Amino acid sequence: MAPPRKRRPGFSRKAQLQIFTGYLLAFTGAFAGLLLLALSRFDPAAFSAVRSVAAEIGAPPARLFTGMRVGVQDGWREVAAYFNAGSKNAELQREVERNRIRLIEARALKQENRELRRLLGLIKQEGRPVATARLINSSASSSRRFATLDVGSRQGVQRGQPVRAQRGLIGRVLETGPNTSRVLLLSDAENVVPVRRARDGIVAFSQGRGDGRVDIKLIDIGINPFKVGDVMVTSGNGGIYPPNVPVAIIEKLTGDGAIGKLLANPAGTDFVIVQEIYEPELVDPEASGLPPANSETAAPASAPRTGEPVKKPAAQTGPTPAPAPAPATSPAQAPGQGRP
Amino acid sequence: MNAPYRARLNREPSTFRKAGVPIASVLIGSMTPLLPIVASAPVLPPFGLVVLICWQLLRPGIWPVWAGVPFGMFDDILSGQPVGSAVLLWSIILIALDLIEQRYIWRNYWQDWFIAALCLIFGLAGGLAINNFLVSDTRLSVLYPQMILAIFTYPLVLRLVARLDHIRLKR
Repeated sequence: MAPPRKRRPGFSRKAQLQIFTGYLLAFTGAFAGLLLLALSRFDPAAFSAVRSVAAEIGAPPARLFTGMRVGVQDGWREVAAYFNAGSKNAELQREVERNRIRLIEARALKQENRELRRLLGLIKQEGRPVATARLINSSASSSRRFATLDVGSRQGVQRGQPVRAQRGLIGRVLETGPNTSRVLLLSDAENVVPVRRARDGIVAFSQGRGDGRVDIKLIDIGINPFKVGDVMVTSGNGGIYPPNVPVAIIEKLTGDGAIGKLLANPAGTDFVIVQEIYEPELVDPEASGLPPANSETAAPASAPRTGEPVKKPAAQTGPTPAPAPAPATSPAQAPGQGRP
Repeated sequence: MNAPYRARLNREPSTFRKAGVPIASVLIGSMTPLLPIVASAPVLPPFGLVVLICWQLLRPGIWPVWAGVPFGMFDDILSGQPVGSAVLLWSIILIALDLIEQRYIWRNYWQDWFIAALCLIFGLAGGLAINNFLVSDTRLSVLYPQMILAIFTYPLVLRLVARLDHIRLKR
């Protein structure tokens, strides 16, 4: 049957008007949606209050369920660990022996590193932990990648703070409510992180692809130096993310970089740590006995003690504001200048 | 007339239940992002939209055409999409379903499924397009698993909605 040409529900004026108003309202609503989108474009935080209220209301059951989920996962892992327990145990013991020595070496290196940094006048802010929490849910049906953290401003969480798990970086805090906060995950397309290759420090950017992986984009385009299996860590450039947090392992090479798999899978992590925003800082140069990195006036004061030409230390300490590569250039001149 | 007979004749389903069950089911569908699933890719079908489409196809005319606005608003707040995206997309989908309902009156199950699939693909791809317009680029291929999952969720949700319809109209 062909549909009637005129869609009139009879002679009732009221019924006709109702249909008309329905359509009018629907189109107005669609237009209002466009306006709201325009508002979100110009003020992304416009609806954060409403969202955080919704998150707060949804948090208690989600917390409960997360606890149950983690419990089940842990239980399963424990059961799975009984398979091949004997051979695994022997292997682990050998590994422990090996690692113990490496750990001692690493401790010594850490100590040395700290010493050198202090000499250089660079405080390495480790990003003290603000809070430890769980990710309780995420925008699993949206193409943006957000997750909800079950701590908020009452626990000291602030906007922009980096969030990491034991295995690597997770993302950063985007919005905070009283007891919950929203985290922009690394795999979101908006999350750009300066990274470097752990092996040799080739700098690059990581940008989310939306599917649990990241694009690693080289800064200087040239021959693609990446190899499958390279580990990328944060470089600490630009603040926010502390340096040397593992980010991704390279999975596939592309024309202008690579595709990396995230090292810390947010789905598999139990607890995450919210850290303070990383900002590389210089302590006062008098305390360390070194010339400040970017002032010419302080250089002559300390240079005569070492007996070196005046210009040389100033020229060498020039690149120190970049926090990561600094220790490599400085130790040559630093030890002569008096440890505090 | 005795009371038992009066109770058995001329009974009407409760108005509250009649109106409330569909609304509640869509809202609950929209609340799935609150489940403790921490996904690093979009995997969960948009249950709110699926339930909405199911009700609209099963009982045409159950919603006024503008119902996409409040439902979309609720979904936007919970889903993590920029507020306004579902308001816009769901309104368009409901208007389209209404027009389809007027033009093609007798449809079979497979045609309904096809229509629902088109609506779901439009809803998901539209959400991605809005995100790409507002922030930066994500490839459409990211959504393929979610689209497939959503299309195959439709028959299941339709059965659930049909069951809910029984509850709704129970006298």
